[in-house]
Amino acid sequence: MTDNWIILGATSSMAKAFARAVSSEGARVFLAGRDLEDLRVSASDCVQRGAEAAEAMMFDARQQPGFKAIVDRVAQEDGMINVAVFVGSMPAQSDIDADPSLIDGVIKDSFTGPAAFLQTIAPEMEERGGGTVIGVGSVAGDRGRIGNYVYGSAKAGFHTYLSGLRNRLTRSGGHVVTVKPGFVDSAMTWGIEGMFLVAPPEKVATDLLRAVEKKKNVIYTPFFWAIIMGIITRIPERIFKKMSI
Amino acid sequence: MLWKTLTYSGWGRVAEATGPVARPERVSSLAAALADDAGPAIGNCRSYGDACLSDGRSAIKMVRLDRMISFDADAGVLDVEAGMCVGEIAKIFAPQGWLPAVMPGTGFATVGGCIANDVHGKNHHGAGSFGQHVVEITLMNGDKTTVISPSKNAALFKATVGGLGQTGVIVSAKLQLLACKGDVMMVTERRIDGFDEFIEALDASQASYTVGWIDATAKGDALGRGILEEGETGYGLVPAKKKSKTVPFNAPRFALSKPIVKMFNSAYFRRVPENGRTSVKPIQDFFFPLDAIHDWNKLYGKQGFMQFQCVVPPGQIDALKRMLEKIAHSGLASPLAVLKRMGGGAAGLMSFPMEGYTLAVDFRSSAKALKLIAELETTTAEAGGRVYLAKDATLEAKHLPAMYPNLSKFSAAANKADPDGNFETDLTSRLRIRSAS
Repeated sequence: MTDNWIILGATSSMAKAFARAVSSEGARVFLAGRDLEDLRVSASDCVQRGAEAAEAMMFDARQQPGFKAIVDRVAQEDGMINVAVFVGSMPAQSDIDADPSLIDGVIKDSFTGPAAFLQTIAPEMEERGGGTVIGVGSVAGDRGRIGNYVYGSAKAGFHTYLSGLRNRLTRSGGHVVTVKPGFVDSAMTWGIEGMFLVAPPEKVATDLLRAVEKKKNVIYTPFFWAIIMGIITRIPERIFKKMSI
Repeated sequence: MLWKTLTYSGWGRVAEATGPVARPERVSSLAAALADDAGPAIGNCRSYGDACLSDGRSAIKMVRLDRMISFDADAGVLDVEAGMCVGEIAKIFAPQGWLPAVMPGTGFATVGGCIANDVHGKNHHGAGSFGQHVVEITLMNGDKTTVISPSKNAALFKATVGGLGQTGVIVSAKLQLLACKGDVMMVTERRIDGFDEFIEALDASQASYTVGWIDATAKGDALGRGILEEGETGYGLVPAKKKSKTVPFNAPRFALSKPIVKMFNSAYFRRVPENGRTSVKPIQDFFFPLDAIHDWNKLYGKQGFMQFQCVVPPGQIDALKRMLEKIAHSGLASPLAVLKRMGGGAAGLMSFPMEGYTLAVDFRSSAKALKLIAELETTTAEAGGRVYLAKDATLEAKHLPAMYPNLSKFSAAANKADPDGNFETDLTSRLRIRSAS
């Protein structure tokens, strides 16, 4: 039976690479995001790459009333429902320092928006007795750092939410993969100083698919970020608080 | 962020550029980049010299705009964004019975790059150039988006195809694909013992796809010996492609020294049995043999390499033979040397293809190679031929008007489309292409 994949934040390059990967396996894809015109092009691209069908849908993480419509539309299709969450926003920490009201938007885009969406669709997944959620978090969520701790704390909240959702969906045969990418070569990191070991989005997409197949719970991508973050999270706080990494 | 300061080079790595590069992932960010700091569009930088460079100025890297917008399965017309690679199109569509009508020697060339250089392939004698199969182009210039085709805005179309990016940014294009039998190739390889036989064999070839590999180190009677490859598409089953390899570091100088190249060429020649052979290959192996080795340009070491590619009219076979003699005696040639029959097909004012024979030879960059190439360029000019700008890093501007008779017409069209010279590249400045009108 054809799998359904809802891809939230589908305009990002990581999401595009992932959508292409599931399309070539014949999935039915729903590309959700804010730039509908752009998503329509991505949708036809997915069809040419083998998707059973592809649809562009409006999704704004800050507009919760719109979530139900997406869930209702996808619920009309047979097959398992899977969701991949790529949304999030990362204004420069200095912009947030200058205007603390920006925090709300970051939390909505990176945490509460996608969490509310997953909360809305969870009953439908439970009813079907399966399905996978991929939640893209960030290595920034593993420890608060001076450079981007608002974004990091939103992702940390999302990680904890995903672990709870995993606990819940497992009971009905579903699964949740928490993904913590390091630096990915995308529009978000293009031209930002201090980037290193930047991974192509296609590499991340391959890692995500493998994690779904193997029912991994939490993955770092590329894998070596597990080692890097293992070290960073083990630095004693009394030393860490004086560092700027 | 919109811009990133990059140092980049063409495939030959003999010239490099440093400047702000935008890499839009949506058409709206492409428009934003153009509004902010307009510069020429670049793709995967598979042109060899400086056609893809914009030193000290901005450039827009199109590789993330690489989606298929629509496909008309009845007519075989694919609407595709400019950053998509031809190899990717072949991979997706060959199993469905379609191929890009023209494919250059690397699958990593983008659609935009193929149009801007009006590239040719192994079927040029029959199918013509890439631009002849372009049905429509969407061109962005400032805040204007224009749709051009051979019948609509025809003058701008002729200046855009083969136009080295000078008329604006190619956003997307509709390509007429070519029906094929499937995703395998029936390939016949034959040894050819010398130059004259090679010309005869190329003229006599009835195949859709024909290309000649030449041992550019062979002299005397063996001058111009090589292997003629002829191919037709077919269907069948061949083993899955092996995983591609990567050249991890710059090779040392001796890797392509004279005795090693001679030895390699001799072995490569004898690889094909004396009486020839026919085999079945995956399409990628036939069309893009070198793509299986990523970064093969590093084999030439850190000083990089230059490719000389010319075409001369059919009556100038002697000039071609003289060039080959000169190359063989110089001892500078690498294993990569190709001879092909070219038809008359060309789609733009500045297109390279013309009726005749085209010769392409790689040289590791050196003072001696530069001198040799300059001599070959002069011979080409005298023979009424031309040098391929997509490969060029060395041509002198004085040769250009004779080689490209539509130069001044092109220059006028480009200056009309881009009066501020935003889309100038290092190549167009070096060859003073925009001041030829």
